[in-house]
Amino acid sequence: MVEFRLPKNSRVRTGKTWPKPDGASNVRAFKIYRWNPNDGENPRVDTYFLDMDSCGPMILDALIKIKNEIDPTLTFRRSCREGICGSCAMNIDGINTLACIYGLDEVKGDVKIYPLPHMPVVKDLIPDLTHFYAQHASIMPWLETKTNRPAKEWRQSIDDRKKLDGLYECVMCASCSTSCPSYWWNGDRYLGPAALLHAYRWIIDSRDEATGERLDELEDPFKLYRCHTIMNCTKTCPKGLNPAKAIAEIKKMMVERVV
Amino acid sequence: MADVNRGNRPLSPHLGIYRRQMTMITSILIRITGVALLVSTLLVVWWLLAAATSPEYFAFANRVITSLPGDVVMTLSVLGLWYHLLGGVRHLIWDQAVMLEIETAQKLGWTALIGSVVLTCITVALV
Repeated sequence: MVEFRLPKNSRVRTGKTWPKPDGASNVRAFKIYRWNPNDGENPRVDTYFLDMDSCGPMILDALIKIKNEIDPTLTFRRSCREGICGSCAMNIDGINTLACIYGLDEVKGDVKIYPLPHMPVVKDLIPDLTHFYAQHASIMPWLETKTNRPAKEWRQSIDDRKKLDGLYECVMCASCSTSCPSYWWNGDRYLGPAALLHAYRWIIDSRDEATGERLDELEDPFKLYRCHTIMNCTKTCPKGLNPAKAIAEIKKMMVERVV
Repeated sequence: MADVNRGNRPLSPHLGIYRRQMTMITSILIRITGVALLVSTLLVVWWLLAAATSPEYFAFANRVITSLPGDVVMTLSVLGLWYHLLGGVRHLIWDQAVMLEIETAQKLGWTALIGSVVLTCITVALV
């Protein structure tokens, strides 16, 4: 359902402004979404100031610096710090991306950081991705075969392997799905760009033998066809992939198999 | 599917904080023009029905539609119609799963936006 206003318990208030670092000349402001499940209050945006002369180059460096030096209660996910684990996906300066590979120099002015949009918040910058993962699981993200298992491995030609480029690189960070207005309004039933990109990854895998079943499963007004080619997914993907194109390919296959 | 809101978890901000994207605007404009055109169609149907009713009623309906506000509404409808048409063609192209790279998609979007203005000027000049 389209609902522009946030529910009452989700409306964001102005939060605390933390003190500026002493004796720093190169100071930058960070406005960060906070919500604590234990105090019963609404979310708020806190303002922090960092000395940029002693801060690493990435958004994640700044977040870690805030956590280390100013406010240890600031909560966020991070792990690999090189854009391969997908943990630190968040909304930075209005777009969804990975904090670890997004440079502080790519943001003009104050740095505004929110959790991934239109998701239930667990705490601060951590969204609950349970439903997102369940949707991924629903597209059968594995090689489905019917013929007898070959003696060694399932072979694939170089050309067939190339079809998986631009798809297998997805790290499931959820940036794309949570950037999609269709997913905001119908995320309960629409699978969203990430799950659909994965669906396509298995549909065009030459070794997979369940293509028909996979397409049958997606033949649904919501699961697939809530994609209206808004293209926020492709625009925001931190790995430079193109979920909008993958979805268009699935829709094309749907038409091709009935005409 | 899964139980996603244990406790009283807030919903993170969405439309209010997301940076406006060119492809996002051109997409919603198709929806907006589509709905608006339905209203203009009703106006035109009313005008035609008036013509079939009586000369006096037609004179009244015609006066409303060709008044200054009526002209503005009709000109905007022409703009909406051209945009909706060009946007529709853009979708037909995309349905072939081509021109879906961000740069080309944005170029197509600008073509639809600028094209609809140009075509509206031509239409108004010709009518």
